[in-house]
Amino acid sequence: MSEQKQIMTADEIRRALVRIAHEIDERNGGLADVVLVGIRRRGAPLAERIAAAIADFEGLRVPVGYLDITLYRDDLKLRGPVPLVRKTDIQTDITGKVVVLVDDVLYTGRTVRAALDALTDLGRPDRIQLAVLVDRGHRELPIRADFVGKNVPTARAERIEVHLREAGDEADEVVIVRPR
Amino acid sequence: MAPSSTEHPRRRHAIDLDDFSSTEIEEILTTAESMKEVLSREIKQVPALRGRTIVNMFYEDSTRTRISFELAARALSANIVNFSARGSSVEKGESLVDTVRTLQALGADIVVIRHSQAGAPYLVARHFRGSVINAGDGRHAHPTQALLDLFTIRERLGQIHGVHVLILGDIIHSRVARSNLWGLTRMGARVTLCGPATLLGPPAYWTATWPEVRVSYHLDEVLSSADVVMALRLQKERQQAGLLPSLREYTRLYGLNPERLARLGERVLIMHPGPMNEGVEISPEAATAPNAVIEEQVTNGVAVRMALLYRLAG
Repeated sequence: MSEQKQIMTADEIRRALVRIAHEIDERNGGLADVVLVGIRRRGAPLAERIAAAIADFEGLRVPVGYLDITLYRDDLKLRGPVPLVRKTDIQTDITGKVVVLVDDVLYTGRTVRAALDALTDLGRPDRIQLAVLVDRGHRELPIRADFVGKNVPTARAERIEVHLREAGDEADEVVIVRPR
Repeated sequence: MAPSSTEHPRRRHAIDLDDFSSTEIEEILTTAESMKEVLSREIKQVPALRGRTIVNMFYEDSTRTRISFELAARALSANIVNFSARGSSVEKGESLVDTVRTLQALGADIVVIRHSQAGAPYLVARHFRGSVINAGDGRHAHPTQALLDLFTIRERLGQIHGVHVLILGDIIHSRVARSNLWGLTRMGARVTLCGPATLLGPPAYWTATWPEVRVSYHLDEVLSSADVVMALRLQKERQQAGLLPSLREYTRLYGLNPERLARLGERVLIMHPGPMNEGVEISPEAATAPNAVIEEQVTNGVAVRMALLYRLAG
């Protein structure tokens, strides 16, 4: 059995993403060269929401792309059933751009490592930055996020679930699931 | 967290489509779409199967299938070795089973086999610890061809369910037709087989396995209702074997000629697994018509084989 606790409400998720949007603007001295790339699946709707927030305050539509990193994972044999490979869809040439990778949870860093490999196969960005909604610690690789919605100290046995309506969830929220 | 397909355990071999469910086929076709995106990049390679070894074991001549598997393996960063019976120990009398054991000892993870004897891949699978993919065995099966045909139909027409596919020509000798029958019927397509009686056999021969399939000996009666026409290669030896009075008569009765092409309409897909005998089962006009997808089939073959290799070895 397990016990669930909400750690971010829909409103807190919204405010965190708006703040991240402002931080991306500030850090890069504008948004002219910025491309948002969401890591499938839950990074994709988050990238869209950040782009929508930017459009709100800056009146500017930054390009958004989606990255599937399944074919770049280093843990295929460990994972049981065959993972579904979704489509990478980045319409913009990322060479010379500032790519902001967007994902829901930063944990071991292995997904981000795979995403960096995938991105460098697609072009040579000037800079790659990382935005995550939740950083839960326990890194296994030298990777850190540039923009963080919320830092959540966790135990390894716990699980963080980011629920987003675009992903078919009932409501927007972040919960922590603890085994009992 | 990558979502996984939970319904199926990992598949070990792909010898025919008879043991593929519609869900699994659907998943392979969707994965193949992602693979097609990889092939459209400047760097057409992902590290998914790095360090895996695949052996192309071809006991029968082939251009497109062998090269297609080779490109698919390389695009997934696997090591691929080509083995052909000619110039190998097979000429010194080494048996198929011994060859497979040798390849296993050399570290092969996947064997892709083409053989003139139906059933050879099953024999290989019994003596090999890795995965076996059938790249065509006798008249039995050619599952990756059927998968790429399904992919091409789905991509062009948006779905397979309810689509009427006419398979035309030398069906009784065709492994392509048999694997397509499994795949198409499982995905809910309507299938009509059409050809001369000597190259098709009696309807009961087919309906015993695929009850929903229609059989016709008269192309002009079934042509107009087709959404897809899949013409099969007519091997010229069939005439010498006495199965056809003449190639000219075959072409007149069953060839996809300009006149029949005109009756088909522009949205009907014209497919052919290759290699073509232009002027026999298909006219040059039909082979190069805007609705002919014969080259696309070849291109899609690489993406579909990537999807299958990934599913077996990933």
